[in-house]
Amino acid sequence: MEKGSNPAIEERKDSVQTKGETKMQLKCNTDSVAGCVSQRACVYCGARVVLNPITDAIHLVHGPIGCASYTWDIRGSLTSGADLFRFSFSTDLQEMDVIFGGEKKLTRAIDDLVEKYHPPLIFVYSTCIVGVIGDDLEAVCKEASRKHGIQVIPVQSSGFIGSKSAGYKAACDALMRLIEPPPGEIIEQDKTINYLGEFNLAGELWIIQNYLKEIGIDINVALTGDSRFETLKLASKACLNIVQCAGSMIYTAEQMKERFGIPYMTVSFIGIEDTSESLRRIAQTFLDPEMMHRTEELIQEKTAAIAPEIAFYRSKLQGKKAAIYVGGGFKAISLIKQFRELGIEVVMVGTQTGRQEEYETITDLVKEGTVIMDDTNPSELEKFILEKEADLLVGGVKERPLAYKMGIAFIDHNHDRKHPLSGYAGAVNFAEEVYATVCSPVWKYRSIMTAGEKEEKP
Amino acid sequence: MSIQKENYRNVSENPCNMCMPLGGIIAFKGIEGSMTLLHGSQGCATYMRRTISEHYEEPIDVASSSLNEKGTVFGGEDNLKKGLDNVRLLYKPKMIGVLTTCLAETIGEDIGGITGRYLQDRGLTDLPIVNVSTPGYGGSHSEGYWHTIYRIVSSLACDRTSHSKINVIVPHISAADLREIKRMLREMDLDFTLLPDYADTLDAPYSKPYKKIPDGGTKLEDIRRMPGAKATLEIGLTVEDAQSAGKYLETEFGVPLFRVPLPVGIESTDIFFDTLKIISGKAITDEITRERGRLLDGMFDSHKYNFLGRAVIFGEPEQVYAATRLCLENGIHPLIIATGSRSKKLEQLLHLEIAKTNSATHGYDEKFIIMGDTDFAHILEKSKELNVNLAIGHSEGKILTERADIPLVRYGFPIIDRVGGQRMVSAGYQGSLSFLDRLTNTLLENKYRNYRQTMYGKYYSVSAK
Repeated sequence: MEKGSNPAIEERKDSVQTKGETKMQLKCNTDSVAGCVSQRACVYCGARVVLNPITDAIHLVHGPIGCASYTWDIRGSLTSGADLFRFSFSTDLQEMDVIFGGEKKLTRAIDDLVEKYHPPLIFVYSTCIVGVIGDDLEAVCKEASRKHGIQVIPVQSSGFIGSKSAGYKAACDALMRLIEPPPGEIIEQDKTINYLGEFNLAGELWIIQNYLKEIGIDINVALTGDSRFETLKLASKACLNIVQCAGSMIYTAEQMKERFGIPYMTVSFIGIEDTSESLRRIAQTFLDPEMMHRTEELIQEKTAAIAPEIAFYRSKLQGKKAAIYVGGGFKAISLIKQFRELGIEVVMVGTQTGRQEEYETITDLVKEGTVIMDDTNPSELEKFILEKEADLLVGGVKERPLAYKMGIAFIDHNHDRKHPLSGYAGAVNFAEEVYATVCSPVWKYRSIMTAGEKEEKP
Repeated sequence: MSIQKENYRNVSENPCNMCMPLGGIIAFKGIEGSMTLLHGSQGCATYMRRTISEHYEEPIDVASSSLNEKGTVFGGEDNLKKGLDNVRLLYKPKMIGVLTTCLAETIGEDIGGITGRYLQDRGLTDLPIVNVSTPGYGGSHSEGYWHTIYRIVSSLACDRTSHSKINVIVPHISAADLREIKRMLREMDLDFTLLPDYADTLDAPYSKPYKKIPDGGTKLEDIRRMPGAKATLEIGLTVEDAQSAGKYLETEFGVPLFRVPLPVGIESTDIFFDTLKIISGKAITDEITRERGRLLDGMFDSHKYNFLGRAVIFGEPEQVYAATRLCLENGIHPLIIATGSRSKKLEQLLHLEIAKTNSATHGYDEKFIIMGDTDFAHILEKSKELNVNLAIGHSEGKILTERADIPLVRYGFPIIDRVGGQRMVSAGYQGSLSFLDRLTNTLLENKYRNYRQTMYGKYYSVSAK
């Protein structure tokens, strides 16, 4: 294969670049190229992952069974109460429904579910074929809302209308319908904040919630980790929105600013540096010297508590090279900094749905020679992992076997992971995981291909 | 014993099956040098790759024509052709499988026409493209698997020249089971074409350098020559004739067809070897006889523990049938037998199987429930009702453990919350015994974990009063 940052496919050339080689803008936020084996999912997936953590909602997929099967309990989101969200509901459309339309079936499905579960809220997701056969989701949901006296919200997420990012927007649209107070009702603002783009994977929301509580800030509601119908209804009473996964929820932050005048700021609680910095920036907005003082105390206390562990892992990991391929831009940015905290250099970084400004930040952060890519595929991952001699890859389920087949370490940063990676606690978990994979004894056998061979002396 | 039938619903609550193209991808994975492209929107390929990757722990590269709004309205021919170009450039496959999705089927794409024109336009004479219609709403992944094998054979098998091999068509089982079936065929001194053969492609040895398309798989040349085989052994009693490649070879080319169940349990494995004996004309080897004896020995050793078993079995029809037979032979009560597929054949087979137990002296006195086209909400409800203490099936059945404390012995596909699903052996006399041991040990673990507390609660407090 040819060397350098050029991918094999001509159409992909502007989506891959090496820092220092070109000054062009990276091409991103476009449709995937046919036949390239993109790692991206679809519009429905984007919408589903954003809304799914709402714990007391019924998430009903209007479509064929596959769309529901592949997303059943897909996120490791935890709940402090209801767990209806962990069930998978589908209208399971059949050939006859495709020919004659699925509206009646959808109505019956909603009737059955309301009778059995009495949910306060139902999201109805549209899938590819629903978009084609033209079922009027809006009308069915409106009628069901009226009949049952609960909120039934359509999510316009037909798979072919765009990429995963279009699904984020569909989810944000659905959320705004939920957040909007009924006409005439006024919700007073208080001193609480909302936490957008946080999905409570393995309890990550709770970790950050505790830090904020210690410095005197209460979270009103997270969008959407561990949220409920009642708490989401009062989202507009917060005085500030902090946005973590900007890729998915900056749109809602913008809408809430426009509609309710709530300011927002982007934050990240991935890694020590970003966690401390985010806490500081949030506290600053309250203009309260006492709170600033408590914040600095907390940062110092927490950082000092984990310093020995981090130092240990750093001593083991110093000088290793990492490759990153994750869903969103914020995660990639934080990971670059977090690897730096461990003495690890990033040599390749890419995302499925990163935005232009995020790629600019990434380019500023990395060293010359680092490969930056949007919507990449296994062929390019393989090529650059080899060329850049990465020791480990960060990614999701689909990337994991590729790393192992190439004989390198792997970090799971997918959304069904079972351990939290947020805040100071998460930073230790992350370092521990990097250590567990990079320093595993198994890799010493990676170059030994037959039983007679011996390990090469370094 | 009697049978009750359960199936109805307006809404699927926690699905017990996946969709057709997923089964198609697995079938294509068993062909040498093949690459698969899904004609539809981007997400389908990604979801299926993720699910298959998690089970087999292998990179699963599947391309998509990535249909967008324009392609959906005006037709996806350009996308599909561009997809094929890029797949050829990146993977240099020997064969390409094109599977449709809901979207492609609903907008009425003529993939046969498109791929035909594509081959002509590009002047490709030696690159077979096999098209398969697999709308997600057309059936479960199990039907998708069988239908794709049927399409592979009906598209490629053409050479009637007779040879000494037999055709062996296998259901979707673990890679290790495929290897075990191959070992048994060799043990009987048979030369064979196994289809699909993903024993190595979906459980690839670590080697350097990494290969985008792993070594292994059924050779295209062997598939072409299937019509000249001595016989076809189709392992799959639940396959409908219209989806049976064995039936096709029999009808079109007169290749004698032998259909046998998956060799799990003593009776099915006996049928397997009896059939091999007939086909090969050779005696069963001492090695196999010893393996059979060891299975029987193991069955006798653990029969009392197994009689404690009150099982729910779920998954793809062929596996469900196999596990049910293993349970019935060993005194485990298969109280609920369920599949997310719609399989008339499975239902008929189970009726026969259960009718046999009526005349027997052993104690199957309870009602058995057969659930077709079902979901886990129903399975869970019935399992609680019938005091089930053992679940046998794929990982999604973890809901039974979570919600009703029923231990799950993982069997079938997908196994995504434990390692080694691809390496688990359950076929043949040896595999059956190892499967049975997994069942027995789960029952024992449950009994031993709880018995002190159970006895204390049951008797101590009573006598103390």
